Amino acid sequence: MIDKKSSNQLDAIRSLSLDRLDFLVRRFERLFSFLVPVLAVLAAMALISVLIYALGENPLKAYKALAVGSFGTVYDFANSLNRAAPLILVGLGVAIAFRGGVFNIGGEGQIMMGGITATIVAVYITGLPIYIHIPLTLLAGFIGGAIWGFIPGYFYAKHGTNLIITTIMLNDIALGILSTLVKGPMVEPPGYYPQTPLVQPSSILPLIWPGTRLHAGLVLAVLAAFAFYIILFKTPFGYEIRTVGENQTAAKHAGINVFKNQIMLMLISGGLGGLAGTVEIIGAQYRLRALFLPNYGYEALAVAILAQRNPLGVIISGLLFGALKAGAGSMQRATNLPMSLIAILSGVIILFVIASGILMGLPRYMAKKRLAKMEETDGSPTNKSWLRNIFLKKEPGKDYE
Amino acid sequence: MNNILSLFTEEFFYATIRMASPVILAATGEVFLQRSGIINLGMESMVIYGAFFGVLGSALTGSGWMGLAAAMLAGTITGLLYGFIVITLKANQSVTGTAFNIVGIGLTSFLARVIWGIRELPVQVDTIKPWSVPILNKIPFIGHILFDHSPLVYLAYILVGVATFVIFKTTWGLKVRAVGENPRAAASIGINVYAWRYFCAILAGCLASMGGAVLSLVDLNMFVDGMSGGRGYFALATVILGRWHPVGAAIGGLVFGAGNALQMRMQAFGVKIPSDLLLILPFVLAFLAVVIFHGKSSAKPAALAKPYEKEATI
Repeated sequence: MIDKKSSNQLDAIRSLSLDRLDFLVRRFERLFSFLVPVLAVLAAMALISVLIYALGENPLKAYKALAVGSFGTVYDFANSLNRAAPLILVGLGVAIAFRGGVFNIGGEGQIMMGGITATIVAVYITGLPIYIHIPLTLLAGFIGGAIWGFIPGYFYAKHGTNLIITTIMLNDIALGILSTLVKGPMVEPPGYYPQTPLVQPSSILPLIWPGTRLHAGLVLAVLAAFAFYIILFKTPFGYEIRTVGENQTAAKHAGINVFKNQIMLMLISGGLGGLAGTVEIIGAQYRLRALFLPNYGYEALAVAILAQRNPLGVIISGLLFGALKAGAGSMQRATNLPMSLIAILSGVIILFVIASGILMGLPRYMAKKRLAKMEETDGSPTNKSWLRNIFLKKEPGKDYE
Repeated sequence: MNNILSLFTEEFFYATIRMASPVILAATGEVFLQRSGIINLGMESMVIYGAFFGVLGSALTGSGWMGLAAAMLAGTITGLLYGFIVITLKANQSVTGTAFNIVGIGLTSFLARVIWGIRELPVQVDTIKPWSVPILNKIPFIGHILFDHSPLVYLAYILVGVATFVIFKTTWGLKVRAVGENPRAAASIGINVYAWRYFCAILAGCLASMGGAVLSLVDLNMFVDGMSGGRGYFALATVILGRWHPVGAAIGGLVFGAGNALQMRMQAFGVKIPSDLLLILPFVLAFLAVVIFHGKSSAKPAALAKPYEKEATI
């Protein structure tokens, strides 16, 4: 039997050891949040290699062709960066919404609606100076996408309507509207091809790397990512978003307006999708066609999830997927492997990252087990703990987020 | 006016019944799965796997029925995998389902290109042929509409009845519903939550793939990229629309079948609406359906989309 005094001591020791363990676990989790995406990409590539091999092609040859296609020449490299710009913008929207617990896979439709509104401003408004026309076009694209994000967002926030079904339906509806517009009301005279006229020169984004086609869209995307990193982690609004995403009930009790928050998120997320469509139109293609950014809305999901929903991580994963997209064509020519391989790769990467949730829980699980064992013996943390030896370098309490 | 009425002919109703059947098959499986507390947002992938492996099986064996078997096998495996990721690994069901769909559309298009190459016309295979019900198909008007279909189409409607009976009148159905409403309480009286959820996931995958096989082996005799055309999502919408009841979901499925059939007949009739706008008619219907019947219903399983943990977490 333990008397009262030593029981109190035991409690003190236990709470200290819990603190330390919690600290250790957090360090482990931070390490894992870097490791998991890298492992997921490697594992997905390994799995795809098996598929390629089973179909009688050489995976190494395929990956080499992919790399040459994305980085082989300066021109190719710039093209990879150009593919990354819209991916970063849509991916950023998905990541931020996801932080607030809103799962937006309507990027596809939001890109198209943004492309439509931006093209209207870029084609039919004439005589503006470049420093007014470009921002105006970007704004129009943002609003177009934001509207397409607001519609499902409103019903989700108000009634909890399944966001996936509504956004997917709106993707297909947007495609129908876009195809109709480029064949009818907005078609370039005399109407031989389903495309709009060229945008006004005053609305075209400047090229920023002489000798290549790299346009300022990438700069915009990277700036947006930094801006949203600051918003998400350094402002009260970002704090609210993260609280709603972590625990809606707690957020409500803390007086946060969850309804308003979710609508705002869908507006921003949709707007970023619209912006992605806009930079593609006024940066790369200069006119609107039906499938001008195919599958970008879905691959944005992979971009956001691979980045662990971190705005700065989105830049890196966006660049990776941009390179994949840019290189897919050369891989198709070299190996007879269709470009849909990239879609498979992005889906498998999402699955690996999302299924690794159990891996992310591993440190806490092991720590708990360890704790139970320690309490079984004498209730004091042991110096032999391997967790301690490897990771306890800083004092607890200093590095909490 | 004459023109509009002439859209609704015997053929229109026949096409409605046929076109509704893939959605109804998928939705019946989804009702089971959602009643057990899991939402399968990856249904689109299971439909397209069914369509693809149905054609592949039929091409390899020369028999449409073997194609159906291959489709069902593919659906079973996909359902099992989905179950593993969301039940055992407890991953987010929305993200998992979406990833399944991305892989499904990509993989089937990829395999079709690699196996059959680029052709002017896709490979044509043996189908599951219509089988008219004797005598009944001679009934004027409704005879042809209801009883001149492929056996798979009849099966879709029969399964709606079977599913209703199983879910609401048997112990099995009671267990499935208990698992979906309150898994911990169900576990406390000895029901194996994981096993029932796995069973429902496999069933849903298998039925969704049968729906896919209807598309490629009954409606057509070939595989076309992305031929699932959102039917997995329509099925999800009909489950919400039908208040998690197989009959309700089937009625929803018929509405989408009618939307689809109407859209095709209007195109054939040369109605002066651009075809791209006509094509989105079923999507608009589905969108309005889920927005209006937004799924705040007492029939909605209480534990839907919530992973089940065996012991309480600290």
